[in-house]
Amino acid sequence: MNAIQIIKNGIVKENPTFVLMLGMCPTLATTTSAGNGMSMGLATMAVLICTNVVISCLKSVTPDKVRIPVFIVVIAAFVTLLQMVIKAYLPEVDASLGLFIPLIVVNCIILGRAEAFAAKNSPVASLFDGIGIGLGFTLGLTLLGMCRELLGSGSIFGFTLIPETYNILLFVLPPGAFITLGFLIAIVNKIRN
Amino acid sequence: MEYVLIFISAIFVNNIVLSQFLGICPFLGVSKKIDTSLGMSAAVAFVLTLATIVTWLVQKYVLDAFGLQYLQTIAFILVIASLVQMVEIVLKKVSPALYQALGIFLPLITTNCAVLGVAILVIQKDYNLLQSVVYAFSTAIGFGVALTVFAGMREQLELVKIPKGMQGMAIVMLSAGLLSLAFMGFSGVDGGLKILFGLD
Repeated sequence: MNAIQIIKNGIVKENPTFVLMLGMCPTLATTTSAGNGMSMGLATMAVLICTNVVISCLKSVTPDKVRIPVFIVVIAAFVTLLQMVIKAYLPEVDASLGLFIPLIVVNCIILGRAEAFAAKNSPVASLFDGIGIGLGFTLGLTLLGMCRELLGSGSIFGFTLIPETYNILLFVLPPGAFITLGFLIAIVNKIRN
Repeated sequence: MEYVLIFISAIFVNNIVLSQFLGICPFLGVSKKIDTSLGMSAAVAFVLTLATIVTWLVQKYVLDAFGLQYLQTIAFILVIASLVQMVEIVLKKVSPALYQALGIFLPLITTNCAVLGVAILVIQKDYNLLQSVVYAFSTAIGFGVALTVFAGMREQLELVKIPKGMQGMAIVMLSAGLLSLAFMGFSGVDGGLKILFGLD
């Protein structure tokens, strides 16, 4: 597989949000606006790329029996690094994502890709897989965030498009996350078939 | 009275799954049948309470004592993973019957973000040990309530004809949205209880 194929595979064929349905907790919780969704997606992508490359480099020296704990420690180390960087340079992102930054550790996408891809392929291929899956996740979250922000606060990325009188507050609240994602999945299903 | 308030608000007002979005994976994955969802809820209640006690102690007596707060994420996930592993071994030896019932759910719990989430939340909220235990246990009950009610809904969904595009995850998400909407009816109850108990 070449690089473009691997990236395309992550965005279309194995899109984590709409096809694999992995990492649902941050998907539902942080998409109250397009900006929040995108920053969560990018944070996850950064961790995913680093862990994929490192785990792929370590695959020949990792004993098979302890590979899951090794993966978890590598992931937790990168999440801690990211947490510190975000706290230091992007305090507003830290305020809006809050608890969900440390919870990237238990995001099934990252452990899933480590197990399914990085542990079997070369570091370069794993790098592109990280970029592809990360982009797929970011796109999914941004799309969901855009829909919820447009319906709930009448704006996209903070630019107001619909006057306040017509906003449906429900879509920014928890039930709106489930309902919007349900309809988006149905639309994606329809397009794929 | 403070504990009653924590109990009620963790189950109904700030339900862990439906309003805080933690533990969505098992909520969607193990909610096809009421039986399995009850087993999963019991396993989560056990591990969540135990993990919260252990991580609280680790935070207070190891991380805080030596100024290692930045290691929180790594320390907590390792503690939780080894705790789950240990519970599995002990349960297998001590109570084979219970192990039969909960065994298959235990490995799944390590990646349940509710466990790590609650461990971090009680530290953020600055709860003492007893408050943390009550909070963790009530959160687990809230998880169980949401999971079991949702499993009941999905059992009924099996019986109806669903439009082709909506089949699978789409209709599951919509039903979860409706359940979440129902739980929103409880919002504000915690404020009322606070006034009632004179805690404000």
